[in-house]
Amino acid sequence: MNLYKHIRILEFALSSLFRRKFKNLVTVLMYSLIVFLTASLLFLTHALTQEAVELLQGSPGLIVQRIKGGRHELVPLRYAGEIEKIRGVSEVIPRFWGYYYDPPTGANYTFMGADELPPEIAMMIEGAFYNKNDRGGCIIGQGVADVRFLELEDIIPVKKSDGELYILRVRGIFKAESNLLTNDLIVMSISDINTIFGIPAHTATDLVVRVRNPREVSTVARKILDKLPDTRPIEKAELIRTYKALFAWRSGLMAAILLGSVTAFFIMIWDKATGLSAEERKEIGILKAIGWEISDVLYLKFWEGVVISTVSFLAGIIAAHVHVFWFGSVLFLPILKGWSVLFPRLNFTPRIDFFQIFVIMFLTVIPYIIATIVPSWKAAVTDPDTITRT
Amino acid sequence: MKYKIFTGIIVAELVILAMLLGSASVSVQKSKPETAARQQLVQALMLTDLALWTEARYTRHPTQADMFAPFQDFPSAIEHFPAGSIIAPPQVSNERTGAVQKTGTLRR
Repeated sequence: MNLYKHIRILEFALSSLFRRKFKNLVTVLMYSLIVFLTASLLFLTHALTQEAVELLQGSPGLIVQRIKGGRHELVPLRYAGEIEKIRGVSEVIPRFWGYYYDPPTGANYTFMGADELPPEIAMMIEGAFYNKNDRGGCIIGQGVADVRFLELEDIIPVKKSDGELYILRVRGIFKAESNLLTNDLIVMSISDINTIFGIPAHTATDLVVRVRNPREVSTVARKILDKLPDTRPIEKAELIRTYKALFAWRSGLMAAILLGSVTAFFIMIWDKATGLSAEERKEIGILKAIGWEISDVLYLKFWEGVVISTVSFLAGIIAAHVHVFWFGSVLFLPILKGWSVLFPRLNFTPRIDFFQIFVIMFLTVIPYIIATIVPSWKAAVTDPDTITRT
Repeated sequence: MKYKIFTGIIVAELVILAMLLGSASVSVQKSKPETAARQQLVQALMLTDLALWTEARYTRHPTQADMFAPFQDFPSAIEHFPAGSIIAPPQVSNERTGAVQKTGTLRR
């Protein structure tokens, strides 16, 4: 069949679609909406997972927690000495951190103790570093600054574990680019965090273990567990695996939105595949009566399917891209946010997985075209006189 | 000549999509120094999780939460927080239990 004939059939298909423009416009809108929802979700989860996996490459190779009664417990610093004796361990660094509920705002902050901050992270901070002797000096996340309307050198009164007030002073604010990591963080000196939380001397929240050879991390973890049975070593590979699994297909959001979209789409396909309208049947009957062959009718329906599905698919993908990467997934935000008072603005690097686009195309465009052709084929093989009379 | 309008629409959509994907790949390249700086931040502060959900310790630090965290009130307790229904249960929890069992620590 030559190109000219295809163009003529396409022209006829478009005229046919224009005759039922309201119905087809609604189909295009619904189709685009389904592609938009599915693609938005896949783009968002892929970008989030990639961001997490990339950033967490810098996280500690091995963390050792102490577990008591199935719960996280402060770890005695003598454990650090025990772990340092294991061959392959180069350094054990205690971490001091915890959560603080802020009654005026209803937000939870993460407090973190660090005495020395490397100068390389200065580009992520507006203001200055505090030093070890700067009592109450702290660096806060953008989310904390926004929710408490804080600026540099403002104070944050916090309640200590004994009920007394302790004054923190904002020396620096993490820039918005680091929001995904620091939105709820308040970093202060170790003595400050120990005073606020009442962490007993010679204990820490957990321990970071540096292992010389990264391939020995699992072996070191096993040795730690043998030596100190009440500990729980967490390897970096586990952190990364957790984030890969977190937004995978099993997650609730995926299931809720994808299932809804897929069901809606299949209802649409089912409706299309189970029968033609009286007008469409009549049209096929007339075409056959004036000499169109079955293959011509099928080409016509094929082109109708291609027009609707291509326009809708491309529109849905474009809208999803703009929604996720330009508007920070604003439509999903109320669902994603949950009860979090502090939720970072989702400003991702637009990483696209072309395989996902291909999967969406395969699951939407092809079934739609088939659903358009099959009932028309049934009508086209019937006698034209019978079709026009039914 | 409706097919020309249709071809125009498809070409316009493809051009927009190509521009979006092109700008996305430029953004990925441009963001490399920023990503490196954020990785340094993770390294310097020894961070383990994204600051996404702050409502509970197991949603703020999914990788650090103890195995019973989602059932903190009683076994099979109903999830308190909406975020808990968005994220999948950590796959690693089973593997961790396996790792513990392999060493024989639990059996002792």
